[in-house]
Amino acid sequence: MAESSAPQPEISFRAHPDHYVHWRLRIDGDVAHLTMNVQEDRPLRAGTVLKLNSYDLGVDIELADAYQRLRFEHPDVRCVVIDGALPRVFCAGANIPMLRSSSHSFKVNFCKFTNETRLYIEDASRHSGLRTLCAVNGTASGGGYELALAADWIILPDDGNTAVSFPEVPLLGVLPGTGGLTRLVDKRKVRRDLADVFSTLAEGIKGQRAEQWRLVDEVVAASQFAEAVERRARMLAEEAAALRPDREGPGVALPELVCDRSEPDLLRWKYVALRVDRERRIAELVVRGPDAAPTALDEIRAAGAEWWPLRCFRELDEALLHVRFNLLDVGLVVLRTEGDPDRIMLVDDALGEHTSDWFVSEVRRLVARVLRRLDLTARSLFAIVEPGNCFAGTLFELCLAADRVYMLDDTGLDDDERGVGNRVRLSEANAGTYPMSNGLSRLATHFLQDAALAEAALSHAGYFDAQEALAAGLVTFAPDDIDWEDEVRIALEERASLSPDALTGMEANLRFAGPETLETKIFARLSAWQNWIFQRPNAVGERGALTCYGQPLMPAFDWTRT
Amino acid sequence: MSVADLSGKIPNNVDLKSDRRLLRALESWQPKFIDWWMEMGPEGFQADDVYLRTAISVDRAGWAHFGHVRMPEYRWGIFLADPVPDRKIPFGDFAGQPAWQTVPGEYRNMLRRIIVTQADTEPASVEQQRLLGQTAPSLYDMRNLFQVNVEEGRHLWAMVYLLQTYFGRDGREEAEDLLHRRSGNADKPRILTTFNDPCEDWLSFFMFTTFTDRDGKFQLQALAQSGFDPLSRTCRFMLTEEAHHMFVGETGVQRVVQRTCEVMSEVGSDAADVRRAGAVDLATIQKYLNQWFSSSVDLFGGERSSNAATFFATGLKGRFMEEERYTDHVCLEGTYELPIVQGDRLSVEQVPLRNAMNEVLRDDYVDDCENTVRRWNLVLQNHGREERLYLPHRRFNRRVGEYAIGEFGETRFDPQGNLISEHEWTRRRDEWLPTAADLAFVKGLMHPVVEPGKIAAWIAPPKKGINDQPFEFEYVRHPAA
Repeated sequence: MAESSAPQPEISFRAHPDHYVHWRLRIDGDVAHLTMNVQEDRPLRAGTVLKLNSYDLGVDIELADAYQRLRFEHPDVRCVVIDGALPRVFCAGANIPMLRSSSHSFKVNFCKFTNETRLYIEDASRHSGLRTLCAVNGTASGGGYELALAADWIILPDDGNTAVSFPEVPLLGVLPGTGGLTRLVDKRKVRRDLADVFSTLAEGIKGQRAEQWRLVDEVVAASQFAEAVERRARMLAEEAAALRPDREGPGVALPELVCDRSEPDLLRWKYVALRVDRERRIAELVVRGPDAAPTALDEIRAAGAEWWPLRCFRELDEALLHVRFNLLDVGLVVLRTEGDPDRIMLVDDALGEHTSDWFVSEVRRLVARVLRRLDLTARSLFAIVEPGNCFAGTLFELCLAADRVYMLDDTGLDDDERGVGNRVRLSEANAGTYPMSNGLSRLATHFLQDAALAEAALSHAGYFDAQEALAAGLVTFAPDDIDWEDEVRIALEERASLSPDALTGMEANLRFAGPETLETKIFARLSAWQNWIFQRPNAVGERGALTCYGQPLMPAFDWTRT
Repeated sequence: MSVADLSGKIPNNVDLKSDRRLLRALESWQPKFIDWWMEMGPEGFQADDVYLRTAISVDRAGWAHFGHVRMPEYRWGIFLADPVPDRKIPFGDFAGQPAWQTVPGEYRNMLRRIIVTQADTEPASVEQQRLLGQTAPSLYDMRNLFQVNVEEGRHLWAMVYLLQTYFGRDGREEAEDLLHRRSGNADKPRILTTFNDPCEDWLSFFMFTTFTDRDGKFQLQALAQSGFDPLSRTCRFMLTEEAHHMFVGETGVQRVVQRTCEVMSEVGSDAADVRRAGAVDLATIQKYLNQWFSSSVDLFGGERSSNAATFFATGLKGRFMEEERYTDHVCLEGTYELPIVQGDRLSVEQVPLRNAMNEVLRDDYVDDCENTVRRWNLVLQNHGREERLYLPHRRFNRRVGEYAIGEFGETRFDPQGNLISEHEWTRRRDEWLPTAADLAFVKGLMHPVVEPGKIAAWIAPPKKGINDQPFEFEYVRHPAA
């Protein structure tokens, strides 16, 4: 297995349609055409050739960017038509040599990111009325078909050749890694025996049978394909317009974020800072509250991308992706906030009041997505609550996302010393504005034992001091000022010393209590099964199927079943 | 047709009359085949009596049985070459093990795809050529066209036999789909691009039978090595027929060149003069050669191919004369030196031999084509001419593989195989490939000649007729009006 051990260049997650390498975005009234046109000689990391519209992380970063921008910058767009630029191949899925030569941690994070992007496409449909039509104008295999599965409607030409397929099991000895199996049976409700046949048939299924088996929604003659796509795009756009009639221009441009990298191991955005302690393998993520908190809609619209929740959470998103991909040995992320919590409460009021405004609504959805990205980040998360923090409302979600919360108990100090005191606060935003992957609010998941506890916390008037927060079950520990420094130091050092694999598994098990959803299933299956199979000799050993794919040697399996 | 009729009317050596599964499948498929033949077979000649060769058995006496027959009544048969006793898988990971007499489950889908891809070319070429009978330069040529057509039909039967006998319901469905796809139809195209290209004049037909059918020969040769014995035996018998198609193509072009030489000795070598005299100028012949060779070279698939490696490893598809020409039948050691495009130049890459099997087969094909062009050049030489035809480089004008034209035309090669700029390509394309005007000119020559013993002015008569019949023989008899 030729895993590269050399330090990899840092990955940037920034993209803009003017500079897309692998996609063409064309907006035509209320329909956007997003054409996959992977440039095979422009992979994110040198050394692979992205043949047949196969993708790497760079391709997916642009796809995620396209959806983000369509949601904010083009509210008039109601349907996205995804197709491919190649004549006979829509998309061949994730690039196999790239996967083969990637480190395990990169593979896992790559799959996680692509999964988040697919869920993002579905989120856009559900909440923004931005429908996606996948015009599978060539064979869609593996990740190519999984991309289609994220769409609201899949059209396939009946030309005797074009097929959808999952060749992972029969050819590569791994699984479709972007939620494909789950979406087959859970979303599209393909009968499981048919899904079983489909998932072991490398060449896939084409034509009428693909529709009969529910693998696609519509099969049309090749000569009528373009017309059918256009007709269906119109229908979807009209359906979406009825769902969110408030979405109309002008949009809000998303400028490139500014990040000061002048000091080593410190990344400083406007509201977010990430300080890396490489020796202790700990990163400190500090989120700063707003300087101003407009509540009137016209002021908010005037602020646009500068409006605090939007800018702050875009920055937080970039910081999280940086941690995931570029800081691989950082095992623990300490979450801190600073600022005026009253302003956060004003922000939350505005977010709650203007729900009928598409922009405010988009910002809520973006904050929700970034928080889910945090939930799904496989690093230990400790929130540290000290005086001057602004863990209130929306930002208290960071505490609820954390594996543990340490809050300095200053209630024993004199009022002079305390000032306003160390305090936290909830708002309506904690009641369900930002659902987790399991569909519940973080607070409801936190208090799964009894919904009354969540109700009580929400109805608490004003701030919680440390004692109150501890009593209400909102924080894990509340050491006083004498113990504080040592308690926190020891907790961090201990955590950073534990097995990173065991912690990843443990945290993933503990974070997502409550019901299963398509989303929790996808991520759980991904981490439990795909990541396991990806490590096994039958995939990546010397004679594993993934190793041997495209090579002269045929795979040889260890036939032991677990 | 009843089951009893079927087994009686279909010449075969597969014991059809006692194979209930096959009989049942053919009972349903055979009428659909005839419908397809009536719709897509030679247009306007279904009622003619054509002097055709029919295979009625595989022995020397039986496979070349001549007589006048109406094409829809042609006795398409099912023949396998005689079994080789105790045959072993000749190559790949299972080399030396007994050849498979039934389909191994783990390779079922792959084998089916191989067979379907090969099978699809057979009806496709009949469709491509369906209008050519109307402009045949002589009855002799017309008969050869129809012979090729019915034999492509028989090759379809041979592949359908495999699908219906060994691949269950899927195989029967694939057999039906073979009759549903249509060459050049955007809605139901044939699988391989070359078989969707139009073949609208006789020079194209001769080039097609020279170059495209020769691909068929090499594919069949590679499949004749297969560890799946029924496929091997089927392909071995098909090869005897394929040889005739290449004879038609090669001698066809030869006779065109012959006629051009004759005309040039009268009017000189200026293309316009040659054209005015009703023959095809050499430059145009060369362009047709370039077009059909490059298109046929594509049929071998990608130069670096994981499918090719898998097909070899699993013993499904071997090399040309695998057993006779090679000693290493496992091929895990060697590499193939493949020039690949790197920016604006070519550099050699070592490709594992198994992954380069398409290219290995293509090498043999290119050699074989070189020999053909050499024989055509003998005609020029014998006429004392200086001009020569040449085989363009395999990298020229490709649509498949390492040398394929990029989406924006960024990869281009000249006929000598040199990388050239898109600008250069645009500038010189018309020197190398037929222009609309060239096609129109050749089409303009295509007037039917149906009087026995007569021939069109752009082609020389053959040296001898079919089955020792004279050229003047009435190879095709049109029914009295």
